[in-house]
Amino acid sequence: MTVQTFDFEKPILDLEKKVADARAKAEDGPPEAKQRLKRLERELEKTRVNIYANLKAWDRVLFARHPDRPRALDYIEAITTEFVELHGDRLFGDDKAVVCGTARFGGNPIVVVGQQKGRDTKENVTRNFGMMHPEGYRKALRVMRLAEKFRMPVLIFLDTPGAYPGLGAEERGQAEAIARNIQEMFNVKVPIICVVIGEGASGGALGVGLADRLLMMENAWYCVISPEGCAAILWRDGEENRPRAAEALKLTAADLMELKMIDEIVPEPLGGAHRFPQEAFEAVSRAVEKNLKELGAMEQSELMEARYAKYRQMGEFDEL
Amino acid sequence: MSWFRRPTPEYITINPPQQRERIGRHVWHKCEGCGTVLRRKEWENNWKVCPVCGEHDRITADERIRLLIDENSLEETNANLVSSDPLKFTDTKSYPDRIAAARQKTGRNDAVITGRATIGGVPVSLAIMDFAFMGGSMGSVVGEKIARAMELAIAEDRVCITLAATGGARMQEATFSLMQLPKTCLLCKRMQDTGTPFISILTDPSTAGIMASFASLGDIIIAEPGAYVGFAGKRVIEATIRQTLPPDFQTSEFVQEHGFIDLVVKRSDMRDALITLLRQIRHMEALPPEEDAAAPTPEQS
Ligand SMILES: [Zn+2]
Repeated sequence: MTVQTFDFEKPILDLEKKVADARAKAEDGPPEAKQRLKRLERELEKTRVNIYANLKAWDRVLFARHPDRPRALDYIEAITTEFVELHGDRLFGDDKAVVCGTARFGGNPIVVVGQQKGRDTKENVTRNFGMMHPEGYRKALRVMRLAEKFRMPVLIFLDTPGAYPGLGAEERGQAEAIARNIQEMFNVKVPIICVVIGEGASGGALGVGLADRLLMMENAWYCVISPEGCAAILWRDGEENRPRAAEALKLTAADLMELKMIDEIVPEPLGGAHRFPQEAFEAVSRAVEKNLKELGAMEQSELMEARYAKYRQMGEFDEL
Repeated sequence: MSWFRRPTPEYITINPPQQRERIGRHVWHKCEGCGTVLRRKEWENNWKVCPVCGEHDRITADERIRLLIDENSLEETNANLVSSDPLKFTDTKSYPDRIAAARQKTGRNDAVITGRATIGGVPVSLAIMDFAFMGGSMGSVVGEKIARAMELAIAEDRVCITLAATGGARMQEATFSLMQLPKTCLLCKRMQDTGTPFISILTDPSTAGIMASFASLGDIIIAEPGAYVGFAGKRVIEATIRQTLPPDFQTSEFVQEHGFIDLVVKRSDMRDALITLLRQIRHMEALPPEEDAAAPTPEQS
């Protein structure tokens, strides 16, 4: 299977080809060929670090959307055990764009909520590309309330291009569902950890995104609007201004860490989670374990007060 | 007669002037709903509502306040809050330049007016959004002022009334803007916990982030007729589902029909409706509308 790559990765791919070529020649070849291989390998490593450490905001947006990027269910399968999926909002239906259920993390019971994009076209249709309907938000809230009842912490994976903009979604109160979730998540009296694993688009993400700890994968994005949406509105000219919009919106993990909007960046392997998913799973697992431990040590009242304080102080303004 | 039993009054269509092409905008107003040409003065005296088709045109936050509250009862709060441009955002114009232009235009520091007031003698904490200020978008200042208005309602046992007139988020504040959703929802939860009544009024337009936060969480939600109320933009939806939407889609009436709005109330009845509800909520005696001495007029100086 070939992995989809982007223009900015071209120097790496070219070198990778050269290295493969040199390796074939180095086998049973003269010492010069072995030296050439070593030199090329060093150059490849340097180029990788150079390019992947200096990704532009837009490059990271492309990474966040990579079709081979691990999805919520991949993380759930990799880092939890005994996942039992719970279905339906008890009001209207079962939204497949979000998976909810109980599981174990490090042997301890937890509740998991994950915005699920498809791993292929067929699954993407079933999963509605990770775009939730009101019944999805209501299902997630129902299961988070169970978490409180059963005294289990909540682990949420965010990955959505937005709440679904459709007729039925509006009829069934998309805005109300998101608003209600945000309000009621202040009432879920167990630790909530949220990891943005891909796209964190606006209210669609926030509707299951309130957290005591908000973690972001290095190549994920989180913002009030997509760069495309922003470019279309503010520059009235899509395509070429998307990178500019991505930069201006400060939507990368590094930007948001600097602005103190998130609590932690989960590092990704060079080349992104889609290239080395196992390393990504391990990094997420370590970060979740650490944060669960810290939150678990807090009294319930302390936890809730910290959650209120965290969101009450959000914003930057001056008082004349 | 009460606002909820009042019949729709019959109006006489005003004949348009002979020379249509020379309509003076200061004398005449052409209704966007039905095209009827109305005498501007009479239209303005009717709070910019078309007497023929009932089209509710947008009015300013100042007009809103005059329409709703007891005369001169507003004591504005937190008018000194200003945006600090945390992202140093520039598109075709810098964010500070856009703010400066909006200030010039509205005479306000940002897109919401908050304060103490009374309505029919009932103490309220108000947050009235101003669409004229950058489309009524919610950035840090708007979110903070609304949060503080809710805190004031809790602290002083006032009824909180918010009035939405907004296209959604303040893009120039990106994630700071987004985080005003949980901030205001947090205060809605606090109002719930403390038994502080909260009335949310939706006017044209009430969409996106504001609807995905406090405006959808009122104990009672009232909308003006025909207002654009929804989450996603109409064009985005049409592009996504590739079908034409019903003509009444995302109107107040449509949203009420689907169960998300309590009342659709005409602008001219809004104050009476609020007085009725507020005095019921507060266990105060009914105030007959004819005794509403503080009833406002648009012409007030
Ligand atoms: Zn009309």
